[in-house]
Amino acid sequence: MNKNLRITNNKFIDQTSRISFKFDGKTLYGFKGDTLASALLANNIHLVGRSFKYHRPRGIMACGSEEPNAIVQVGNDASMTEPNTRATEIELYEGLEASSQNCWPSVNFDIGAINNFFSPLIPAAFYYKTFMWPANFWKLYEYFIRKSAGLGKSPTKPDKDIYDHRYLHCDVLIVGGGISGIIAAKTAAKNNLNTVLIDDKNILGGTTLFQENECFKINNSYSNEWLKKEIETLNSLKNLTIKTRTSVAAYHSYNYILARENLTDHLDLNEKKDKIRQRLWKIRAKKVIIATGAIERPLIFNNNDRPGIILSSSIKKYIDYYGVKCGQKISLFTNNDSAYETAISLSNSGVSVNSVVDIRDKTNSLIVKQAEKLGIKIHWKSTVVNTNGYKRINSIEIMKLSDDSSAVVGKKIKEECDCLGMSGGWTPRVHLFTQSGGKLKFREEDNVFLPDKSNLEQISIGSCNGDFELYEVIKNSASSTNKFLNVKNIDYENLEIISSKEMDKKNIWLLPSDKPLGKTKPFLDFQNDSTANDVKLALREGFKSIEHVKRYTTTGMATDQGKLSNMHALGIISETAGVKMGELGTTTFRPPYTPLTFGTIVGRNVGEFFDIIRKTPIHDWHLENKAEFENVGQWKRAWYYPKENESMYDAVQRESKAARDSAGILDASTLGKIDIQGTDASEFLNRVYTNAWSKLEIGKCRYGLMLNEDGMVYDDGVTARLSENHYIMTTTTGGAANVMTKLEDYLQTEWPELDVYLTSVTDHYATISVCGPNSKKIVSKVIPDLDLSDSNFPHMSFKNAKIDKIKCRVMRISFTGEHSYEINIQSSYGKSVWEKCFEAGKEFNITPYGTEAMHLLRAEKGFIIAGQDTDGTITPVDLQMNWIISKKKYDFIGKRSLYRSDTIREDRKQLVGILTEDPKEVLEEGAQIVADTNKKPIEMLGHITSSYFSPNLKKSIALAVVKNGKKLKGKKMFVPMENKTINITITDTIFLDKENKRLNA
Amino acid sequence: MFLINCPYCGERDQSEFSAGGEAHIVRPKQPTELSDDQWAEFLFMRKNIKGIQFERWNHAHGCRKWFNIVRDTRNDKIHAVYKMGEKPPIK
Ligand SMILES: [Zn+2]
Repeated sequence: MNKNLRITNNKFIDQTSRISFKFDGKTLYGFKGDTLASALLANNIHLVGRSFKYHRPRGIMACGSEEPNAIVQVGNDASMTEPNTRATEIELYEGLEASSQNCWPSVNFDIGAINNFFSPLIPAAFYYKTFMWPANFWKLYEYFIRKSAGLGKSPTKPDKDIYDHRYLHCDVLIVGGGISGIIAAKTAAKNNLNTVLIDDKNILGGTTLFQENECFKINNSYSNEWLKKEIETLNSLKNLTIKTRTSVAAYHSYNYILARENLTDHLDLNEKKDKIRQRLWKIRAKKVIIATGAIERPLIFNNNDRPGIILSSSIKKYIDYYGVKCGQKISLFTNNDSAYETAISLSNSGVSVNSVVDIRDKTNSLIVKQAEKLGIKIHWKSTVVNTNGYKRINSIEIMKLSDDSSAVVGKKIKEECDCLGMSGGWTPRVHLFTQSGGKLKFREEDNVFLPDKSNLEQISIGSCNGDFELYEVIKNSASSTNKFLNVKNIDYENLEIISSKEMDKKNIWLLPSDKPLGKTKPFLDFQNDSTANDVKLALREGFKSIEHVKRYTTTGMATDQGKLSNMHALGIISETAGVKMGELGTTTFRPPYTPLTFGTIVGRNVGEFFDIIRKTPIHDWHLENKAEFENVGQWKRAWYYPKENESMYDAVQRESKAARDSAGILDASTLGKIDIQGTDASEFLNRVYTNAWSKLEIGKCRYGLMLNEDGMVYDDGVTARLSENHYIMTTTTGGAANVMTKLEDYLQTEWPELDVYLTSVTDHYATISVCGPNSKKIVSKVIPDLDLSDSNFPHMSFKNAKIDKIKCRVMRISFTGEHSYEINIQSSYGKSVWEKCFEAGKEFNITPYGTEAMHLLRAEKGFIIAGQDTDGTITPVDLQMNWIISKKKYDFIGKRSLYRSDTIREDRKQLVGILTEDPKEVLEEGAQIVADTNKKPIEMLGHITSSYFSPNLKKSIALAVVKNGKKLKGKKMFVPMENKTINITITDTIFLDKENKRLNA
Repeated sequence: MFLINCPYCGERDQSEFSAGGEAHIVRPKQPTELSDDQWAEFLFMRKNIKGIQFERWNHAHGCRKWFNIVRDTRNDKIHAVYKMGEKPPIK
């Protein structure tokens, strides 16, 4: 540590507790309370990165979230490393490892720096213009651009840290714990309002916390001493919750606010373990008070980006708060009074201030007079025209401004320095206000955008509302809070406040230089490396809107969202284009205010908690029997049951064959089930299905097809009539929730006169389907009392029965075309009944089959799967299922759409079967079907929707939708693939047992 | 994220609700008597208003009831919430 750079009489940094950390591989030391930035500066390290485009050396420029240059990679563990973090916001801890990001191979020797010499060749939108052509070279360009652009490294392994989400409700939320936030918090909490005060720093107090200056006194104390007492009283207020190290990421409508609380980032490496790293607070506040302060503006002049050029207020914080000198010979450059406060602080700490360069004519405010009293030299009406020093500033060149300030005149003065503080005035942090939908207004006198209209219960106070002087901040914050909360707190009414008042204001967005514009480098956006010249070029090239200029020049598009650069970009556009600032409008600030890690966003919703997992009551049996699972919506369904070393293909072939040869058993519990009751239940079904339901006998089942109002197939399933006014409907597994919602919608909004009640009972029953020629024998063993004869229990009927003493419903329905039974029983008995069936079926080689074999078996029969063979563009007519459309019914959902001009077209895509010339050739689902491969461009007639090798037919089969397919039966067509063209024939959709003999076998 | 005052449950977070498009579009009682154009008007045509809009919402993760709201799309302010079948309290 460089001893000369630390002052010892410092209140905020514990200089007895030394911390070691690594930066770019080198071990360094700092103190508890330091940020990485302050510790680096104390070690005399300014150079921390390279600029984005020209790879110019860049140093620490600020002290908070607005830092554009000191963007570092923290940690080097493959699962814990984090890119794009600001050194100014990282609290120093034992074991911290950080590295410069935007340089390659190292910060001191950077290959990309050669761009700096070619910089006249790299104007605005250089990347867009140069790397546009040829298009397929982009892959190559991208590699090099990314490698040298320094976007940081993302972790390559899963994040080991724990993150958390919590809700918080309060009467008043105050964002920002500076002087105005503290005034508001005290006012709210004292008046019995449930109040939350949050601040992104580790302690409250903002910049007043270290403001110890004769020009700023309250009741005869320094402002910092007064504030300290205010903070102490806060801690005794019962209604107040204080959250430090918490930053608001997003402010949405209805006062819904997302804030990230840092819980362990500041802890030593060995203390972080097993603790929640960050917590995302989801806050609903009745009222919000924004007290986020202001950001100091840089000044835009030639070579204003060298390491050692720092915002003046940041230099002040480094000396007054961290006890760190940013240099030994510091010059200051300003257009307002703030730099004088810095000059006085430096002077009081024994740092020699070369001079203050002020673009204004002589001004006589209290603070300027005090600086003069301390003997600080001031260059009035002057500007810095250039800076020198490659890796660290070593001198500045000063010239007088002409009378109208449009040019520089007279002799150039060279002043040696190792640090330059700059202050271009202040920009209120209105980001959260605009995020919440608030509209801004422009104040001409000091060129600031201020909160204007908002539809939410919120106010902005303090410097984010344009009050920059201590007196105004206290008076206005107190009175606005009182008014907003409808309370009367008189604590701040009779204060004696001494507060230096700025008397003269002057602003020049782009400071004049002795060199022509093309020969200078006045940087606007330090992180994205765009200059004032780039913005001017964009305007010359015809860009007018701020949003366009921003994208073309990338000004304000970096990770800091242009916190420092936006105002100057607007100012320069305004001046150049001759449009008033207030009329230009600002760009939109979007959440998050500062970047969030993905971990914070997802919280606990990782791994198995990412989404709900639904398991059937028979799930454990599938697991024990080595099933592979398939996700169907949130359900885990047994996909196939591979025997040792069996491939998926072999397993599915074996399962499918066994189901037709003897017996198969399927867990169908996931099918949606809706209980429908009421005197109008039959009428309701008539309206929602295409076919007629009134005549369905009690005890019978019927297949139904449900359409959307546009006539397209939506869902299908079997519905059974349990009694006169009671049905149970089954839906597809994936469609269950949507069907339920849709039916409720019609019942509640279109047909409230119908007496019908819907209850989702999907999870109430386990459904076990036993199919195959031996299914009857198996079921008769399981339920010996049930008469399974075809005459008593025909296909498409159901029976109530008992297994031991437990009631169940057995349905004789089939999705495979085989003779089959579906046993529905209370979920909790699902597994034992399954095992019973399995045991009973052993002598028949009963084979559990999964969803894949089920799909194959139904395809052999040409049964559709809604959502696989249909895609929301297929009508029942397209499916050649005209038989299911009732001609007698006056209306049902989607009926009118079935004869719109578009749905009656002959050449719509229609469902057909496909056979391949080579029976072994299995088509790919989604593959295109064409009739003519010679005519270019080749006309795509349709595509394959389902495709399998059928072990029962010993050939490849497929379903497809093909234009005019109905009339193309027997026609030969082609499926062109990447390496070959497959010859196919259009066929009927039913490949097996057209006569339905097996159903009753 | 709105706060929606479900007429059956009270104020709840938007994440409990799902939006159901424009309100007060009545399904024709005799669709078969409509021309293609008339049917298409019902089926496809929806307003997308900048300003006051009448919308259907469903308390999907709550009471499952459908109801209507009056929302200003410019600022998401909900001016009124009312039950299905009721007349909008605001013109
Ligand atoms: Zn509700």
